[in-house]
Amino acid sequence: MNLTLKIWRQKDSSSKGQMVDYKVTDISEHMSFLEMIDVLNEGLVSKGEEPVAFDHDCREGICGMCSMYINGEAHGPDRGVTTCQLHMRMFNDGDTITIEPFRAAAFPVIKDLVVDRSAFDRIQHAGGYISVNTSGNTQDANATPISKHAADTAMDAATCIGCGACVATCKNSSAMLFVGAKVSQYALLPQGQVEAADRVKNMVAQMDLEGFGNCTNTGACEVECPKGISLDNIARMNRELMKASI
Amino acid sequence: MALDSKVPQGPLKDKWTEYKNKINLVNPANKRHIDVIVVGTGLAGGSASATLAELGYNVKAFAYQDSPRRAHSIAAQGGINAAKNYQGDGDSTYRLFYDTVKGGDYRSREANVYRLAEVSANIIDQCVAQGVPFARDYGGLLDNRSFGGVLVSRTFYAKGQTGQQLLLGAYSAMNRQIARGKIEMFNRHEMLDVVIVDGKARGIIARNLVTGEIERHSAHAVVVASGGYGNVYFLSTNAMGSNVTAAWKIHKKGAYFANPCYTQIHPTCIPRSGDYQSKLTLMSESLRNDGRIWVPKNLEDVKLIREGKKKPTELSEDERDYYLERRYPAFGNLVPRDVASRAAKERCDAGYGVNATGEAVYLDFAAAIIRYGTEQAKIKNIQNPTEAKIKELGKEIVKAKYGNLFQMYEKIVDENPYETPMMIYPAVHYTMGGVWVDYNLMTTVPGLYCIGEANFSDHGANRLGASALMQGLADGYFVLPYTIGDYLADDIRTGKISTDTPEFDEAEKAVKDSIDFFINNKGKHSVDYYHKKLGKIMWDKCGMSRNEEGLKEAIQEISDLRKDFWTNVSVPGGANEYNEELAKAGRVADFLELGELFAKDALVREESAGGHFREEYQTPEGEAKRLKEFQFVSAWEYKGEPKDAVLHKEPLVYENIEVKERSYK
Repeated sequence: MNLTLKIWRQKDSSSKGQMVDYKVTDISEHMSFLEMIDVLNEGLVSKGEEPVAFDHDCREGICGMCSMYINGEAHGPDRGVTTCQLHMRMFNDGDTITIEPFRAAAFPVIKDLVVDRSAFDRIQHAGGYISVNTSGNTQDANATPISKHAADTAMDAATCIGCGACVATCKNSSAMLFVGAKVSQYALLPQGQVEAADRVKNMVAQMDLEGFGNCTNTGACEVECPKGISLDNIARMNRELMKASI
Repeated sequence: MALDSKVPQGPLKDKWTEYKNKINLVNPANKRHIDVIVVGTGLAGGSASATLAELGYNVKAFAYQDSPRRAHSIAAQGGINAAKNYQGDGDSTYRLFYDTVKGGDYRSREANVYRLAEVSANIIDQCVAQGVPFARDYGGLLDNRSFGGVLVSRTFYAKGQTGQQLLLGAYSAMNRQIARGKIEMFNRHEMLDVVIVDGKARGIIARNLVTGEIERHSAHAVVVASGGYGNVYFLSTNAMGSNVTAAWKIHKKGAYFANPCYTQIHPTCIPRSGDYQSKLTLMSESLRNDGRIWVPKNLEDVKLIREGKKKPTELSEDERDYYLERRYPAFGNLVPRDVASRAAKERCDAGYGVNATGEAVYLDFAAAIIRYGTEQAKIKNIQNPTEAKIKELGKEIVKAKYGNLFQMYEKIVDENPYETPMMIYPAVHYTMGGVWVDYNLMTTVPGLYCIGEANFSDHGANRLGASALMQGLADGYFVLPYTIGDYLADDIRTGKISTDTPEFDEAEKAVKDSIDFFINNKGKHSVDYYHKKLGKIMWDKCGMSRNEEGLKEAIQEISDLRKDFWTNVSVPGGANEYNEELAKAGRVADFLELGELFAKDALVREESAGGHFREEYQTPEGEAKRLKEFQFVSAWEYKGEPKDAVLHKEPLVYENIEVKERSYK
């Protein structure tokens, strides 16, 4: 198929950016979206032009590095996938595709489609851990039984890949799905109980400090999340915060 | 220099304990005056950074990604082995040690492997304490699954995302230390050289990948945990950015590089579909627990299937060749990875491949769906269930076990694997070779350590499933933090290492010169052009099977390609900006050297062992033929061009295990 791409180009964080049009031809429907961008870039490089910068690494939907806003949707039109897992069979010959970076005040653009998501790391520094040393001198792994339901629900929350689609898609640029997922994982496990109150307070405080917006329950984040992280995690985070504040 | 593995004396099971009792320690007050650089923050580097920081050292950690959480350890799916014997099926430290040495085709160091098996149980305890949500059974205890090449269930897992959960555990431990200021994290930074002062590793030169700035960082010791070099094949299951650069740079500064030809080609990957393909996708080996691998028995059926005139589900049982079950009745579909991969290649080479490229075999869950469905019908007390009901119940169980893998397959291939068999083909996945290290995980350069996949140590010529996560975390959490203390105990009076020295000047200049070359060269071909060419040579001539003629050609072709690269490569953009093409150029330059050493290593090793299969050395049944005279580690010393590399041999001695013909029949 042949496509027109409208891509955000921005030299660096301090420059002004703009949308630039490109044509790509002979795109196979079996290509992933990023392989299509590879084809575009290979063409640009062969003409001596600078390729479009974009974040990507594992290309199997787990590292959370890729981050494009495609036709107005984080990770594009398919559900439950990251951009690297989006296939060109979702598009039609002759389509015009608009590609922008994830936009949020807390995610400044570094170059073209590459954004700085270190705010997520700083939220994790504030409390996204259990304070146990890695000495190996902990109790036996089976000493505390954990109900299968709790373990599975914690696992569902823990599958978050930290890509930031929730923030990019939210009209308030809220990071509550991301933070809620981490708070929930630990809140559901006995190991996480000891520091539960401090954890939720510190993580939420850091989240606010980073300039993420509040949640107004539109649920857009849940729809766009490539890992299907549930809105329940936001409710659980709010409950944990409430408990911690009493 | 003679290779000294520094394996402690004494009985195998006491070596590590005795070693720990006798090594030098650094007291807590002195640790805060000692800096350690860790390059790479995957399972090995992340766990090492966290543990070293907890102990009190000042850690500087480097990752090329935008966060430690993105390292490619995250993509490991199936699980992590540990000799817990929770299932009571006869597992023990010795058995895990035995399986690992045997699985590695008797090409790994006994003492290292035993230590790995010994600390494996602690890893699970540690990870549970960190909040890693491993799968559990209804009684609330941890669940296990079995994996290829072993007869017990010792693999712990978190759905099909075990690597992700373990990495996030290590990342959380790092975060705690970053918050305390004990780890200084350098994201989007790439190490481009190591700095040696008075024979010791004392720092690195790194490039800030956002600004392009070249930075100097000093430390009392340097730990390289930069992963494997599978991307030398261009197409592999590694992440796009995975590279050999850090490991290769230290090799060029004196660290020997061991067994580069030991590469793991993983049997259960999604077959390639076209030339545009940028990477291959692996599906966990755990699928082989329930999936049966087959190709049609008759070539006419193969032809009809390729033309789309027949569906695999239309073939009756006796029209199918379950070739692993046929050839290896004892292990069946659960033979080790190297055996499974070669068997698939053998069938496809014979013309039985089932897709358009002729490079695919079936992985079929129909039998498992019926088996689980029947079992569920009994559990749910459903009398005389219909076949449809059985299938429905069976699919639910298969979905619970492998749902995310099935979904991933369907997204990529656009076929529903619950209804029609999956297609799979082997792909490059893991590299057992790497930087040579002694028992302390120190390279041949004092103060320079190498851990995780980047080193060569524990897996011999072939790695068993669910052992990479185990090794990465064992090295980082439980081994390196002890062994490095023994070395650093001599450094308590050294004080801060200055970066304002001729050694740093020289290393920085070399890095800058190389970058200037790439930016100013204005050649004809892109970096990927060379990378793809290299990958093709490697796959065709240093892939699943190798022979003398092909390897000699590969050496010449890679050498020629490298010359061409240094004349005609083109890198757009500037040095002082975000420039991915520039970063890639440096990585491919190193792959072009490694590739040649790889072929040379494969040429010299005139035997077949694990992932290294030489066509000249096989049994009449086509199995790998290992030779006693090659029972050694090949450690290569850098001498300029790869063709000049000098071979050093570390003999492998087996005192606690009988070296046998590896048989899975």
